[in-house]
Amino acid sequence: MIAPPKPDLITVNIDGREIAVPKGTNMIEAARRLGIEIPHFCYHPKLSVAGNCRMCLVETGTPALDHATKQPVVDPATGRVKINWVPKPAIACFTNAAPGLHIRTGTPLVRDCREGVMEFLLINHPLDCPICDQAGECKLQEQATGYGRGYSRFTERKNVKPKRTRLGPRVMLDDERCILCSRCVRFCKEIASDDVLGFVDRGSYTTLTCYPGRKLENNYSLNTVDICPVGALTSTDFRFKMRVWFLKTTPGICAESSAGVNTEIWSREGVIYRITPRRNDEVNDTWMTDSGRLLYKQVAAENRLRHHLVGGAATLPAEALAKAGDLLKAGGVAIVGSGRSSVEEQFLTRKLAEALKAPAWLVGRVGQGDGLLISADRNPNVRGALMTGLIKTPPAPQLSELAAQIDAGRVKTVLSLGEDLAAAGLSEAQLKKVAVIYLGTHASATSAAAKMVIPTLTVFEKAGTFINQQFRLQKFAPAVPGPQNVADDLVTLSQLVLTAGGPALASDVDGLWTTLAAEVRHFATVTYQNLPATGLLLDGSDFAGLPFPEGETLHFKPARSDAVITT
Amino acid sequence: MPHPAERRLICRHIDEPGYTTDIQCYFRHGGYEVLKRSVARKPEELIDEVKKSGLRGRGGAGFPCGVKWSLVDRRSGNPIYLIANADESEPGTFKDRYLIHQDPHQLIEGIMISCWANQVQQAYIYIRGEFSQGARLLEAAIAEARAHQLVGPDILGTGYSCEIYVHRGAGAYICGEETGLIESLEGKRPYPRIKPPYFPAVLGLYQCPTIVNNVETLCHVKHIADMGGEAFAKIGTLNNTGTRLLCVSGHVRRPGYYEFESGKITLGQLLNDICGGPPPGRKFKAVIPGGSSSKVLRFGERFKVRQRDGSTADWGVEDIPLDFDSLVACGSMGGSGGLIVMDDSVDMVAALGNLNAFYAHESCGQCTPCREGSLWMKKITARMVHGDARPQDGELLESVADQIAGRTVCPFGEACAWPTQSFVQKFGDEFTGYAEARKHPSAASPALI
Repeated sequence: MIAPPKPDLITVNIDGREIAVPKGTNMIEAARRLGIEIPHFCYHPKLSVAGNCRMCLVETGTPALDHATKQPVVDPATGRVKINWVPKPAIACFTNAAPGLHIRTGTPLVRDCREGVMEFLLINHPLDCPICDQAGECKLQEQATGYGRGYSRFTERKNVKPKRTRLGPRVMLDDERCILCSRCVRFCKEIASDDVLGFVDRGSYTTLTCYPGRKLENNYSLNTVDICPVGALTSTDFRFKMRVWFLKTTPGICAESSAGVNTEIWSREGVIYRITPRRNDEVNDTWMTDSGRLLYKQVAAENRLRHHLVGGAATLPAEALAKAGDLLKAGGVAIVGSGRSSVEEQFLTRKLAEALKAPAWLVGRVGQGDGLLISADRNPNVRGALMTGLIKTPPAPQLSELAAQIDAGRVKTVLSLGEDLAAAGLSEAQLKKVAVIYLGTHASATSAAAKMVIPTLTVFEKAGTFINQQFRLQKFAPAVPGPQNVADDLVTLSQLVLTAGGPALASDVDGLWTTLAAEVRHFATVTYQNLPATGLLLDGSDFAGLPFPEGETLHFKPARSDAVITT
Repeated sequence: MPHPAERRLICRHIDEPGYTTDIQCYFRHGGYEVLKRSVARKPEELIDEVKKSGLRGRGGAGFPCGVKWSLVDRRSGNPIYLIANADESEPGTFKDRYLIHQDPHQLIEGIMISCWANQVQQAYIYIRGEFSQGARLLEAAIAEARAHQLVGPDILGTGYSCEIYVHRGAGAYICGEETGLIESLEGKRPYPRIKPPYFPAVLGLYQCPTIVNNVETLCHVKHIADMGGEAFAKIGTLNNTGTRLLCVSGHVRRPGYYEFESGKITLGQLLNDICGGPPPGRKFKAVIPGGSSSKVLRFGERFKVRQRDGSTADWGVEDIPLDFDSLVACGSMGGSGGLIVMDDSVDMVAALGNLNAFYAHESCGQCTPCREGSLWMKKITARMVHGDARPQDGELLESVADQIAGRTVCPFGEACAWPTQSFVQKFGDEFTGYAEARKHPSAASPALI
């Protein structure tokens, strides 16, 4: 016996196949669940429905009811319920599931509608795919191939519209390619709350433009490039750099803040070309910040640390590591961990602190949240440090306790995991009193003054996990290899733990998770491999009372509103 | 002066010597008496009268007014708005302009009665931008009516208040489409809304229930409230009640507007007897019977139309009674009542080119088929007229039109496709042989583009 469908589910019939979908589901999404593609341009699952492209026209119908009995009429020829098909096609994006709704997506009428819309969209389109940056990820290209006639009957002159219009610092517009789907307009209005885009003029001469005197320069402007189905909006950073079909994608997590935006990192031959958002409906939907997209530039930044340095002189890695071990074993060590380190690194940092009986701090980084995808906590992984036990409370921005201990002469060596100690409040005099071992990716005032520098990998070059503000454990993978001779942070740290007399621990993510799952209660059943792509929500109730700085962001409401720290 | 065959109801005083737009003049002719009587009645009674009258909307679609009113969501708790659609932009139609210019108080009285019937407290007259004189006249008339406590707070001491605001459009044909009009009134681009779910009766102006009625329709409401729905239903013919304003333009000797009982006059009577026939030495060739978007009728066509009694009538174009149902039965529509008459001097390709230029210019650009198709059709016909016609152009035009009709957000899709479809279907030979015919231009053909 088949169980009756749940009351909030509605069964619809698409191309003769039945599917139960939640109330409010539109037919594009319902068909997608059945593996049936309904082509569309203007519809976007995270924006309001505009219904203007008319590409998703389908035939709709409902069962014919007997006038007297109000019961469905059964066609004696087929033995099936007779369907009254509406002669006029309807847009699937705005047709929501309704009891008894039937749709057909493959009839001659539907095919004709699609061919017609494709032809109309292309008659005034420049067809400049060979020089268009969107080629390869262009919905117009794909659907022209899939649903167009393959030839044009248009012999008139095409409309002329503005080319190469700079809408803002990061977005370029080619109006001739625009198909007026209004996705970008709706995004700016509905998501970015910055209603700067709109249409001027009428009919086929309608032109996308910016409000007079304004620019598209909000920190979410590049999302318009992502959602533009054609090559009208392009990124000034990425355009003409690389054909997209040469690029491979790697799942990443944005390290900009504790929001934990899921990303896709696009690279070729060890070079990152762009970062785009990866859909996660629990975290960032399909969006990310412009500032987060530009973080990949740190990989090849000029101040990138590429060599092991002892006393400012380049040294072989093994030698530098041995000398660092000697310094640590001499005692009087304090550790400045990082909220930018991965969960695995923080766990090893804790193991190192335990082996050395050294106190450990983190440097807090608190800014203004934007209410969307930048949270007030600019460290991506403070909750990781809490869960791995590296720290007990959210970190302060200043290392005043460490400063006091240096003044008291109790600290001789400070191991900093990429944190700039001077910026975190240590005076020049205090820094002079101690030997600094700096494990970091980029040069800073601290690395310049450090006795030893051990270069490490950026988040784009290594595997690991972060725990975001929701206590969602999310993993990232290495997109590109690190610089020559620079070892993975986990290798360096596990070696230092061993040198310091601590346990022998794995130096790879998979291996470490066996230990993490065994030792950290919150991670009990987790392995790196079984962690879902959209992350795993952990139980953060142990930490509910702590004063986290985050305010409300997309899909996140702080547990206590009075815990918001303003700086 | 009115033609003896006319039955003037809403145009009764229009063109009368000495009749002015002044409220005192309107009072002298019994003005606002119906409003006084109406506010003493129950609103539901008035809605009932309108239902009984069988009044069909005069804007173009011919939707029954009483049904429209009864669809209004009265339980939403939101205010109900009434909008008088005075965005008369359909080429060939010029009736609302006369009603506003010559008898603005009749419209205001009709609006106020309709507002009382629907318990509306805020009404708008959305008047097209080009009607600047009409807007001024209405503003002045509303001020006069307000001074006499006929508009505004506490109307006629009843405690009922209702304001009327005049809102001028900015010159877009699409603002005549009710949801486009509502968007424009809200201060946005007049992109028509998707129906469902945005039916004005439920989610109209500011997402509140809204009634949008044509100027002529609202003027009729006054007379329905006056004579009663049943009496009104006796005028005209079954299902096409009351009188109808017809605007005749083009190749007739006496163009202009005329008011007749719906369906009591045929196209031939109108054009030959009342409008004086074609200019000397010419013959009628075609007529667009209900505003430029209705399908053209070709003189010489025959129509087999099933009658109500089951018999079949065989009509020529001249025999078609001018009412909504007969014109629909003949494959066109009564629309807004604008008849465009063309005699045998007309180059049908050029005439279609003119219409296509209009629709390409007026397409709002929201949805793909209409936006791209209307301009494409214009470009084809313009190319033909400018000397580069190809034999297959007619077929292409029709195919483009077929790709528009029925696939757009609003009825503009049909409005811009129907002329092309019907011109090509009925005058296909002219399209096919256009290049050849142009080599020997007839001296009589005036340039239309």
